[in-house]
Amino acid sequence: MAYSVPHLDGEQDPQFGRSDARGWPMWEVFVRQRRGMSHVHAGSLHAPDAETALQHARDVYTRRVEGVSVWVVPSSAIVASDPDEADAFFEAIEKPYRAATYYEIPDEVGQM
Amino acid sequence: MTTTSERTSPAERFQAIIDADEKIEPSDWMPEGYRKTLIRQIAQHAHSEVIGMQPEGNWITRAPTLERKAILIAKVQDEAGHGLYLYSAAETLGVTRDELVELLHTGAQKYSSIFNYPTLTWADIGAIGWLVDGAAITNQVMLTRTSYGPYARAMVRICKEESFHQRQGYEIMLRLCNGTPEQKAMAQDAVNRWWWPALMMFGPHDSESTHTNQSMEWKIKRISNDDLRQQFVDMTVPQAEYLGLTLPDPELRWNPERGHYDFGEIDWDEFWQVVKGHGPMNRDRLEHKIKAWEDGEWVRDAAAAYAEKQQARRAASRTGG
Amino acid sequence: MTTRDRITSRAPQGSVPVFDGDPLFLYLVRHADDNLILAQRLSQWVSWAPELEEDIALANLALDFLGVARALYTYAGEVEGRGRTEDDLAMLRTEREFTNVLLVEQPNGDFAHTMARQLFFDAYQLGLWEALSSSADATLGGIAAKALKEARYHFRHSSTWVIRLGDGTEESHRRMQAGIDALWRFVGELFVGDDVEAAMVEAGVGVDPSTLQEAWEERVSDVVSQATLSVPDDPFQRMGGRVGFHSEHLGHLLAEMQWMQRAYPGMEW
Repeated sequence: MAYSVPHLDGEQDPQFGRSDARGWPMWEVFVRQRRGMSHVHAGSLHAPDAETALQHARDVYTRRVEGVSVWVVPSSAIVASDPDEADAFFEAIEKPYRAATYYEIPDEVGQM
Repeated sequence: MTTTSERTSPAERFQAIIDADEKIEPSDWMPEGYRKTLIRQIAQHAHSEVIGMQPEGNWITRAPTLERKAILIAKVQDEAGHGLYLYSAAETLGVTRDELVELLHTGAQKYSSIFNYPTLTWADIGAIGWLVDGAAITNQVMLTRTSYGPYARAMVRICKEESFHQRQGYEIMLRLCNGTPEQKAMAQDAVNRWWWPALMMFGPHDSESTHTNQSMEWKIKRISNDDLRQQFVDMTVPQAEYLGLTLPDPELRWNPERGHYDFGEIDWDEFWQVVKGHGPMNRDRLEHKIKAWEDGEWVRDAAAAYAEKQQARRAASRTGG
Repeated sequence: MTTRDRITSRAPQGSVPVFDGDPLFLYLVRHADDNLILAQRLSQWVSWAPELEEDIALANLALDFLGVARALYTYAGEVEGRGRTEDDLAMLRTEREFTNVLLVEQPNGDFAHTMARQLFFDAYQLGLWEALSSSADATLGGIAAKALKEARYHFRHSSTWVIRLGDGTEESHRRMQAGIDALWRFVGELFVGDDVEAAMVEAGVGVDPSTLQEAWEERVSDVVSQATLSVPDDPFQRMGGRVGFHSEHLGHLLAEMQWMQRAYPGMEW
C-alpha cells in the first residue's frame, strides 16, 4: 500500500530502547483556534527549550493561520490516569440526578 | 463497555475495542505484534514523507514562476510537517524519533520506493502531485479510519492539509497540456515515467502479501492493496483522458462486466529491485538525508547545551536568592 | 561596537550602469530584489535543516520573503505601466539589473552563517518596514505593514538562534562568530542611500536608510552580546548591490532561478 514497504525475506524487527541517540525533549502543543475557545491539543514536537518550542509550535501547527494563542507543555509534565483504572475512574459512580433529563417539568411551564 | 477489568483479560478488552470499531490509545494494552506492525508502518510512512521532500525540493530553486515556487515550498514544507506528525504518532508507541531516524539511516527501516525515482523536468512536479499524491491520498483516506488513535488523528490532519497537493499537481499538468507541443511532450514524458511507479506504491498483490491479513484483522489497514490500486486506476484514467495524455499501458481498457478498468501487470522485478535498494536514486536519497543530519548535529547539540546552561543558571539564581 | 564612521568602498569607476526611470519603480524593485534573493537562498535549505522543526521554520521564512517580493514586483510593474509582471521582473532581468544588497545573495554557508545573515537583515527590515508603514504611498505602506508583522517574528527567530549558537557549545560559538565575521562587511550597505532614496524621502514615500542605523546597532549589539559574541574591528564595507555591482554568487543564483524561463521563453506554467 502507498508509503509502506513490503516485507523482505529475512527482515528483522529492529531493537528499540538500546540507542544512545539523545534528541531534543518532546513538547505537547495546544492551540486556541479562535477567541472564546479553549486551547485544544494539536500534536507534539521536539525542541531544546520553551522559547524554541513555542516558535516551533507556531511554525508547525499554525501554518494555515489556525490559531490566536499557543501553549507548549513538556510532554514529561503530563500526568495521566491509568487506563486499567478507567472503569473505577469514570464509570463506577452513577449520578443520574446530574442530568437535566432526570427531572420532569410539566410542558405548561415551558422551556427550562 | 461496562465489563469490568477483573473479569476480562487485556487481550479480550483489546479485541472488544477493535470489534466495536473504536480506537486503541497509547496507554491501552496491545498485542506485541500490533505494536510492532504499527511502529514499522508509521515509521515507514514518516520516513517516506521526509525523503519525499527531496525529489520535489529538487525543483524549488528552479520553479518556472514565483507563484509555482511559493506553492512548491509550501507543499514540501507540508511534507516535513507530515513526517513530524507521523514521528510523533510513532513516539506514542514507546520509541523515539531519533531511534527511528537512526534506523532509516542504517537502512534497517525503509521508505516508499516511489521516492527512489528522479525528478528530471518541471513536468515531474505536476506528475508527482497528480499521480503520487493521488495514490497516497487513496491510501491515506483509508488510514483516517485506522484502529490506532494517534495514527488516525495524524492522518486526519494530513489529509486535510494535503487536499491542495493533488490539485496543484493536476493544474500543472493541465497548464502543460494546454501549452506548446514542447510542454505537452514534457507532460507525456513525465506520465510515462511516473505511471508504473505510482501503481507500485500500492504494494504486492493481495495473494502475495502475507502481512496484509493480520493488518486487516487489526483494522490497521482497511482496504487491500489490489482494491486500493483498482480504486486509483478507476479514478485516474478519466483524468488522464481529460488532459489528453496517454497512460503507458496498452492493456488499459474499461471492462463493463467488472465495472472497472483492466490494466496490465506491474514489472515486479523492477518493483523488488527498487525495494531492495537498487532503484535509480536509493543511494542518493539516503546520502542526502544522512548528510543533512550529520551537518546539523552541532546545531542540535548547541541548542541542547544552551538549554542546560539556562536551566543551571535559573537554578543557581533561585538558590542564590 | 560601532558601524558608524566606516570606510566605504564604492563601486569602481565606470562600472555603474544607469538606472533611469521612475524612482518609485526603482525603489520598489530594489526592495523586491532583496526579498526575492533572500527567499531563493532560504529555499535552498529545504530538506537540509538540522531538524524537521527547523526545516519547517526556514521554509516559512522563505515563503514570507517571497510573498513580500511578489507584492512589491507586482506593484512595481503597475507603477512602471509597461505591462511587466512579477515574473518578468524576477525571471528576465540580468545580474547587472538586479539591485539587491550584497548581504542577501551571500551563500548559505553553515547554519550559523545563515543565522548571521538573517539577524543582520531581519534587524534591518524591522526598522525599514516600520518606517515604510507610514509611507505616503498607500500601497507600499500596506505591504510594509504586513511585512512588519512578519519581520518581528523573523527577528525573534534569528536572535533566538544566534544566542543559542553563540552561547551553546565551543564549536557552535566558533561557527557563529565565523558567520558574523564573514558577513559583517556587507552590513554597511544597508544604510547607505542614493539618489533614488533621496527622491523617495522627498516625496514622503521612502525612508533614508541612514536613519535606520542606530536602532539596528542597538538591536544587533544586544543579541550579539547576549550570545557572548563580538563584531569585527575591520571597518571595511563592501558596496555595490544597489548599482548592480554584485558578488560573483548572484549570477549563479539567477542562472538556476531563471533557467525555466530562459530555456522555454514565453510559455505559461
